[in-house]
Amino acid sequence: MMASSYKDEDGHITVSGSGAAAGGGGGSLRNKKPENTAFKQQRLPAWQPILTAGTVLPAFFIIGLMFIPIGIGLYVTSNNIKEFEVDYTGAEMSSPCFTCSQNFSWNSTKPCTCSVPFHLDQPYESNVFMYYGLSNFYQNHRRYVKSRDDSQLNGNEESLRKPSKECEPYAKQGNKPIAPCGAIANSMFNDSLELIYNDPNGSKVQIPLTATGIAWWTDKHVKFRNPGAENTNLTVAFQGTTRPVNWRRPVFQLDSDPDNNGFINEDFIVWMRTAALPTFRKLYRIIQRRSNVHPTLPCGNYTLEVVYNYPVRSFEGRKRMILSTISWMGGKNPFLGIAYISVGSVCFLLGVLLLIIHHKFGNRNNPAEISH
Amino acid sequence: MLRRRLNRLFGGDEGRVHSRTIYVGHKSCPPNEAYIPPKFCDNRIVSSKYTVWNFLPKNLFEQFRRIANFYFLIIFLVQVIVDTPTSPVTSGLPLFFVITVTAVKQGYEDWLRHKADREVNEYRVSVLEDGRRIRKMSAKIKVGDIVEVEEDETFPCDLILLQSSRDDGTCFVTTASLDGESNHKTHYTVADLESDLQYLSATIECEQPQPDLYKFVGRMHIYRNSQEPDVRSLGPENLLLKGANLKNTQKICGVAVYTGMETKMALNYQGKSQKRSAVEKSINAFLLVYLFILVSKALVCTTLKYVWQSKHDETWYNEKTQKEKETNQYLKMFTDFLSFMVLFNFIIPVSMYVTVEMQKFLGSFFITWDKDFFDPEIQEGALVNTSDLNEELGQVEYIFTDKTGTLTQNNMEFIECCIDGFQYKHGDGSSELDGFCVTDGPVNKIQQKAGREREELFLRALCLCHTVQVKESTKQRQDQIDQIDQIDQIDQVDGLGLDHEFLDPPQKEMGFIASSPDEIALVKGAMRYGFTFLGLESKNMKILNRNKDVETYELLHVLNFDPVRRRMSVMVKSKTGDILLFCKGADSSIFPQVRQEEVERIRMHVERNATEGYRTLCVAYKHLSAQEYARADADLREARLTLQDREEKLMAVYNRVETDMILIGATAVEDQLQDEAAQTMEALQGAGMKIWVLTGDKMETAKSTCYACGLFKKNTELLELTLRTLEDGGRSREERLHDLLLEYHKKAVQDAPPVKLGITRSWSVAGQDYGFIIDGASLSMVLSSSSEPNSRRYKNLFLQICQNCTSVLCCRMAPLQKAQIVKLVKNSKGNPITLSIGDGANDVSMILEAHVGIGIKGKEGRQAVKNSDYAIPKLKHLKKLLLAHGHLYYVRIAHLVQYFFYKNLCFILPQFLYQFFCGYSQQPLYDAAYLTMYNICFTSMPILAYSLLEQHICIEVLLEHSTLYRDIAKNAMLRWKLFLYWTALGIFHGLVFFFGVRFLFSNPALQDNGQVFGNWSYGTIVFTVLVFTVTLKLALDTRHWTWINHFVIWGSLAFYVFFSFFWGGIIWPFLKHQRLYFVFANMLSSVSAWLVIILLILLSLLPEILLVVLRKPRGPHARQKKSSAGDPQSPQSSARPLLTRTFSDESNTVI
Repeated sequence: MMASSYKDEDGHITVSGSGAAAGGGGGSLRNKKPENTAFKQQRLPAWQPILTAGTVLPAFFIIGLMFIPIGIGLYVTSNNIKEFEVDYTGAEMSSPCFTCSQNFSWNSTKPCTCSVPFHLDQPYESNVFMYYGLSNFYQNHRRYVKSRDDSQLNGNEESLRKPSKECEPYAKQGNKPIAPCGAIANSMFNDSLELIYNDPNGSKVQIPLTATGIAWWTDKHVKFRNPGAENTNLTVAFQGTTRPVNWRRPVFQLDSDPDNNGFINEDFIVWMRTAALPTFRKLYRIIQRRSNVHPTLPCGNYTLEVVYNYPVRSFEGRKRMILSTISWMGGKNPFLGIAYISVGSVCFLLGVLLLIIHHKFGNRNNPAEISH
Repeated sequence: MLRRRLNRLFGGDEGRVHSRTIYVGHKSCPPNEAYIPPKFCDNRIVSSKYTVWNFLPKNLFEQFRRIANFYFLIIFLVQVIVDTPTSPVTSGLPLFFVITVTAVKQGYEDWLRHKADREVNEYRVSVLEDGRRIRKMSAKIKVGDIVEVEEDETFPCDLILLQSSRDDGTCFVTTASLDGESNHKTHYTVADLESDLQYLSATIECEQPQPDLYKFVGRMHIYRNSQEPDVRSLGPENLLLKGANLKNTQKICGVAVYTGMETKMALNYQGKSQKRSAVEKSINAFLLVYLFILVSKALVCTTLKYVWQSKHDETWYNEKTQKEKETNQYLKMFTDFLSFMVLFNFIIPVSMYVTVEMQKFLGSFFITWDKDFFDPEIQEGALVNTSDLNEELGQVEYIFTDKTGTLTQNNMEFIECCIDGFQYKHGDGSSELDGFCVTDGPVNKIQQKAGREREELFLRALCLCHTVQVKESTKQRQDQIDQIDQIDQIDQVDGLGLDHEFLDPPQKEMGFIASSPDEIALVKGAMRYGFTFLGLESKNMKILNRNKDVETYELLHVLNFDPVRRRMSVMVKSKTGDILLFCKGADSSIFPQVRQEEVERIRMHVERNATEGYRTLCVAYKHLSAQEYARADADLREARLTLQDREEKLMAVYNRVETDMILIGATAVEDQLQDEAAQTMEALQGAGMKIWVLTGDKMETAKSTCYACGLFKKNTELLELTLRTLEDGGRSREERLHDLLLEYHKKAVQDAPPVKLGITRSWSVAGQDYGFIIDGASLSMVLSSSSEPNSRRYKNLFLQICQNCTSVLCCRMAPLQKAQIVKLVKNSKGNPITLSIGDGANDVSMILEAHVGIGIKGKEGRQAVKNSDYAIPKLKHLKKLLLAHGHLYYVRIAHLVQYFFYKNLCFILPQFLYQFFCGYSQQPLYDAAYLTMYNICFTSMPILAYSLLEQHICIEVLLEHSTLYRDIAKNAMLRWKLFLYWTALGIFHGLVFFFGVRFLFSNPALQDNGQVFGNWSYGTIVFTVLVFTVTLKLALDTRHWTWINHFVIWGSLAFYVFFSFFWGGIIWPFLKHQRLYFVFANMLSSVSAWLVIILLILLSLLPEILLVVLRKPRGPHARQKKSSAGDPQSPQSSARPLLTRTFSDESNTVI
């Protein structure tokens, strides 16, 4: 800053390092007397909290006293949630789906079906949510997670014809673009599950399953859009594209309901939300409660009818069907309750312990400190 | 800067030609010689670094030379080239931001420089060409041009003064912008030149440009009618420097000798070497640890990835792309490693550098803004020359202080004198007619006085032997003389001698200007005794003597003062034609040069005065016979004309002349202590700093100052290692040195009680205090002993002794020796942080050498201030600067550094852990926006506010209890133990965040409508917990909540929530993946997510809160109680009990 010496009427050279101080030095010289403001004199009014045992101990008790009831509430809620799991992978010889899992081939035209019987010990009163669960399935693998084209899924015509590179190697087949492209879409779960109640009187009652309301509302209505204008025939809209390699049907034949077909098919949308962990569950169907008199699922024997389309044996995966009721905190998960109870009790115990220590040794502290 | 230095190096060839020849007015002379226009650089000043064209590449290059920037550039490039999990934007954006901000800042600064350069370069000046006056741009001035400068203008280049509008061929200049000395300096025209410069034909031979402002040697050859050229010597008194201002002179003409970048001013502009603070070194050490963590994380993940892949081969649902299949296995491994590096690279935060820089830059404003540093006398506050060292102010262990002007005011007052062994003390003025009051003298001569003749000779000597100038214009002076004449008349009428009150009016108006304040004190002292120096007019010195007569002496020669001779002389010719030499100087330098008979009588006085803390000077004189003078005159003229080794030759002549003189007397001048010097020293010592006084003064004077400042106390045992003690015992100095060193070492080091826990303990142990005194000669013996092993041993012994002494006094130090001592201590075991404080040019070397250099804006010019890192107006300000500012800055930045590493560790650890659950596929846990914004937006402002505003202990308390400074000594807050604590905390938090959410996600159906959450929800929950925890952790640490802290802490959290809604609320057309679409909103609609966030935040902060309680109770209550009960004794006596008492109270608040 040699030049600054020229500007300075007072004739003081402000030699500044190459660094940041240039402004600092120069500024002080121009307006000579420093302003007496609270900020500049570092005297801003300030709250100076001092954390002492006196202020912190009550906090421990408050945390303890709040967390333990919350924890108990959570734990009870979680315990009240009924959940039932059926593993229908068919890896074991005894499993009814063993044949299906052994004989699986992508090329077979005839679907393999198997029925898995199970027994519910207690009735399911409220709405029952039917999940499918997969294990050892890495939906969170990086190559997999990014293998999608959100703009295609949002109904963009250009992306429909020219899927993003991220979809490789599931972007094109031959010359035709794949719709929907990418590994996620390609590996969409396509077992179909039916639930049949074996009435003690001998008749078999098929449980009605609702396939809507299983995906996030915003996904269904904003993020996922079919190409083409409203009400266009999906077959036309998807013309020139081909179905994903592992699919049996093209995307415009996923459902007969036009509001649940194509990209806005909820099963598809649910699948497209990649799971966080390699063992996961996804919502499959909802069993609505019909009447106030009868439980949604009375206790008794049931059969799970599976159309076995989805191979998991190759990667040692497992497939499950889960029936669960839901509370305000979601599905069954004792973790939160236990965690709240333990944190609460630890806080409380620490509070007691510290109170004793503080009380006993607190008064002797001051003389002890001086030697320190 | 480097470039310029290189240029200077490579320019060596040119430099070998020792002189340059300048043709005045570009006229070839003598005319028959061929005129070759020599090539000199033009007068363009270029202080700017960049041009429009080279700004971008050059600036980028310079920025990427910084290791951190380069690292991030590499990471960015890896992201661009290799298929990495995070987009290049995540690291590119912060890097771009940093680079841009820096570039804009530097560009702006350079633009200012350009502007200033342009202003200077386009300044219109008058140049005489062929007798005509031409206006041209300053930049166009060439060497040899004759330039005309008018009053109050600045010289556009270095000029040799040819002509002045003043009759006596002088002109006055102020060099305030060069060395800060605002007094008027007189410069002289070259003698006997043609009045019309148009016909002047001359060449100037002078040395090559060199930066010393006060040195110039040259010769002027004047050609007249092809006779032998006249030769005139040119010295610094003929040279007008660029940047100086012309004062009191209507106009001058001068010939340009050095232009542009070769002017002394430009050559003096040089950057100081970058000093790095201890904190910065700690940062680098921590960085290495984190780099190690980063690399090992990447290695672990890469290894595990291939182990995992060997089991989980490619699955049908997730086939590799064609490209991946084709890539070579090892290359693949390598790119995988790089990918992991990129994924985890946020652990080394680019933003930390930005924040640290900003903290330092903004933080330094608080020093300049501090009104306590404002000195009403000089109307200036503190000055910060570098902001890199703020925190170093809190780490000082050794203070090296100059004495004169630093510990003492450099405000000299004539106290007494001694003439012929009789002591004269200035009384009340009315006690005796002549103002003398003989208070003491040799015992047998009480109430006697020296002969009147001797008295007057002594006073004349005081009036004549100096380089003082009278500060006022000629006109005023004339008035004054008239006035004095009037007084004269009155006096004569009354027939009485002089009464002091009469002289007061002129005395007040009369300002004296001199290079050293004791000269003024002497002149003023003489004035009080009736001899007034009226000034110098065309080589005639005028004195108003006691009888109100004006005596005139012709000034023949001034034998200037220099630190080696330590004396100065003048040769004058009285009206009667006697030639006299008056000499004054330090006792040690005068005594050998005078006849020995008078010495003993005066020596006694001198030594007593010295122990009382006065500066003593001896005065001697000598009659010169005409022959003697003629010889001396010739020698001096010859020596002054030489171009090379002029100094040495002059010195030899001086020494030859200044012999065989007659001692007349001695003077004692009091050097007043600075305001609150003693209290400041006491506080600093209380803070555990060791104070060394390094002075060029003699031992006795310096020792008395040390006693006055409380550095030496009554019970301090002094260990002396000076020439005097070395010459005792009659053995060779070398042997004696050896013995003394061993003896002192035994006393101070071996017999001293073992020091536990460093300084903290040694204080309270009431052991013997030692003070060590060494002088320059002994020091050079210690440092450069004849044999190498001895010298090393001596050095060690010396250091050990010094480190065990409470204070050390080094006297008779040359400036370079001061720097040597600083260097010695700086490089000693433990590398203590050193601070040098001084006010004069002789302190510059030690100021530059020490870790922190402090300049005092004193009276000795601006050299020290210019070269310092911080400048303060007074010594007393050092206390606040160190104890309050230094302490706070250190605590702030230490916390900032630890916190930054901590927050990035717990940011990245979950991402690392996630790899174990996603098949080591480098899947990021957080969305790219979060990765990028975490350090830039969400968590940067609170810590910046903290690091600027935190006052864990308020300033008053810090100033009151200096022992608090010891709590942070030795980089206490950045030791490995604390670093490990923070790292452990970071790891704990990271584990809590990740696994807490992991257990929650064992059932991902978290909404009350049974819908499930995916991986982005997982990351968002972890991230939310993270942002809240690290911010609240900082909130817990904040002890000083101003509205700004509230604003940024709660604002950051609010901004995070707002941003998340906003980011997830829109389908962004420029994004390939709409990963976060409504993720955050959905998360908030889940009660479980809320509950887990609250739980994890509390769980993470629990240990922190627990630690608070486990620490001993403390707080302002305890503090208030104690200090109100504190004894109302003087601070000195209460210091010790206060320390023991409050230390424990305060120390807890630090943590």
